[in-house]
Amino acid sequence: MVSDRSKLGFYLLLAPLLLWLVTLIILPHIGLFIVSISEKVGVREYEIGLGNYAVFFNEPLYWRTFARTAFMSISTTVLTLLLGFPIAYYIAKLTRGRTKTTLFLMCLIPFWVSELVRTFGWMILLRETGVLSSFLQYTGVIGGPVEFLYNDGAIMVGLVYTSILFMIVPLVTTLDSLDDSLIEAGYDLGGSGWSILREIVIPHAMPGIVSGCIVVFMLSLGNYLTPILLGGKDSLWFTGLIYTQFITRFNWELGSAFGFLLLGLSSTIVFFGLKLSRQSLSDTMGR
Amino acid sequence: MAQTADLECCDLTKDFDNFRAVDHVNFVVPQGSFFSILGPSGCGKTTLLRMIAGFQFPTSGDLLIKGQSMIGVSPNKRPISMVFQHLALFPMMNIERNIGFGLRQRGVPSSEIKTRVGRVLERVGLPGIQDRQIGQLSGGQKQRVAIARCMVLEPDVLLLDEPLGALDLKLREHMKIELKTLQAEFNTTFVYITHDQSEALVMSDSIAVMNKGKFDQIGTAKELYYEPANSFVAGFVGDANRFEGKVTALNGQIVSLITDAGITIQGQATTQVPTIGQHAQIFVRPEVIQLSKDPVPNKENQNSIKRVVNNVLFNGANSMVILCDPKSGEKIQVTLPQKGAFLELDKGDTVYTSWKPTQARCFTSEVH
Ligand SMILES: Nc1ncnc2c1ncn2[C@@H]1O[C@H](COP(=O)(O)OP(=O)(O)OP(=O)(O)O)[C@@H](O)[C@H]1O
Ligand SMILES: [Mg+2]
Repeated sequence: MVSDRSKLGFYLLLAPLLLWLVTLIILPHIGLFIVSISEKVGVREYEIGLGNYAVFFNEPLYWRTFARTAFMSISTTVLTLLLGFPIAYYIAKLTRGRTKTTLFLMCLIPFWVSELVRTFGWMILLRETGVLSSFLQYTGVIGGPVEFLYNDGAIMVGLVYTSILFMIVPLVTTLDSLDDSLIEAGYDLGGSGWSILREIVIPHAMPGIVSGCIVVFMLSLGNYLTPILLGGKDSLWFTGLIYTQFITRFNWELGSAFGFLLLGLSSTIVFFGLKLSRQSLSDTMGR
Repeated sequence: MAQTADLECCDLTKDFDNFRAVDHVNFVVPQGSFFSILGPSGCGKTTLLRMIAGFQFPTSGDLLIKGQSMIGVSPNKRPISMVFQHLALFPMMNIERNIGFGLRQRGVPSSEIKTRVGRVLERVGLPGIQDRQIGQLSGGQKQRVAIARCMVLEPDVLLLDEPLGALDLKLREHMKIELKTLQAEFNTTFVYITHDQSEALVMSDSIAVMNKGKFDQIGTAKELYYEPANSFVAGFVGDANRFEGKVTALNGQIVSLITDAGITIQGQATTQVPTIGQHAQIFVRPEVIQLSKDPVPNKENQNSIKRVVNNVLFNGANSMVILCDPKSGEKIQVTLPQKGAFLELDKGDTVYTSWKPTQARCFTSEVH
């Protein structure tokens, strides 16, 4: 009786989650998948086949963009980790009380404005007549105006900036849980700062590192606005291609196939990332 | 002194913002001895130990290890190791890598690390557990692994910060003896911190009693117990009944005191003899108080006082009886004689207590 009731409660609580999963994730993906394997043979005539996927592999522009997006996203993730780790370490280990909260909030501030505004902020800084260019001309480092926008560096800067919080939060959480006496014990036993980082801090922070990396990688891979705005028309970001297929070309079939390829790509890379760091998804996300 | 001491502190002081945690501490620990620092919570023990280990910097004073000043030497360069209060074993490594950590830092070849780890594990009585994880050890085993991790580096001094604090009572009793045996086996200088007097009394060659950042007394367990230097040591080390009152008469070192309840008692002042009229305290150990059914003739100042049994606490050989003064209700503890006499005592019975004044200690009260 009691267990029946608690079971009912369990299912009732589970219902919104299931509803969300089914209606917003599973159903659209089934739909997309069906669309992606339909080939247009005539007006309103479709056949089932893998033609859309074949188009992707036969057109170098498509798969090169795909590879480039993956590579840039991985680089962004690595860069975010390298930048985020010292910040997270500083917040978690070297500050306490009020300072800690303040610093943590400061990491949040950029998220009070929309991504669009944030990205425009970077455009104002980096464009030919922008702050950075003017400043460098003023100090005489460069002779004439230089365009810092519309290149891979600009895309990378924007992506790191957008996603660094999602690296810092899990890192601070795991580093916070590292007992200070472990670090002291490391020093006491003759360890150098580097060897303590390598043998004690990083292994302890691994779940946080991996979950941060997964989130940042997914965010970068699926980002649309930042690469387009900072990288310009030729930013060649894979989400841009998907957008073009859906909106500009009305080629939903190819767009869906691209969408599925992107899903496959992110899953594969996350899978190998987990294997490489010897972490399990439940370990990293269960924190 | 023919040999330089392993550890020497000269006027070591540590100030936090406007609070003095360690106040002009001086001590010398000879090679191979077991030195304990005993004090109540918050008296600055950890702060002192962390200064020795190098995690905190003294405000003033000097710290010598084997005659070398350690001021400005970083923790990883000092020839000392520390067993942390919660052991601080590395959960991300197995036992072998834990113990080998320090050797790896010194660049010892891995084959030698293996043999040395094996050897030290044998010495702490845990051979063959190299491949286990930290979580797979019992509390006492973790303790020994933590000691092994330090001892494998052959430090000059091993610091231990209340390492038994987290263990249950039974294991703590066992580990006390174990630690002492290990210390003798390695013949390394141990500096041991505790707030548990029985740990300090059982294990140490020499004990420092610390109070509010100062060392009140340094001595062997017997000296602290029988010849406490002041009222704090007398009250803190071992059990004692404390009486407070006004000095009424002096006979050499023997002080007579009238307590607030109006009872006159005597004790010996071994340090500073108070003057008549001054406030003083007398400490009497529960085991020196004798019980009798009839009043003891008061000819030798035997402090014979009539009391009523309040409670009998039977605990085998350590049985105690709580007596109270019929007038003031003041309670005292008395150890029951080993032979089993007085075991029939029951609540409400009347007994007479007495003790020799030379077995009680008198100290002037600090002026508040
Ligand atoms: N970093 C610090 N800043 C300010 N005060 C401190 C600091 N560390 C310790 N103290 C103070 O110094 C005093 C001594 O602390 P310490 O940790 O040495 O005590 P302890 O004797 O080890 O006590 P316990 O037996 O409870 O561990 C305490 O009153 C504590 O509040
Ligand atoms: Mg302490």
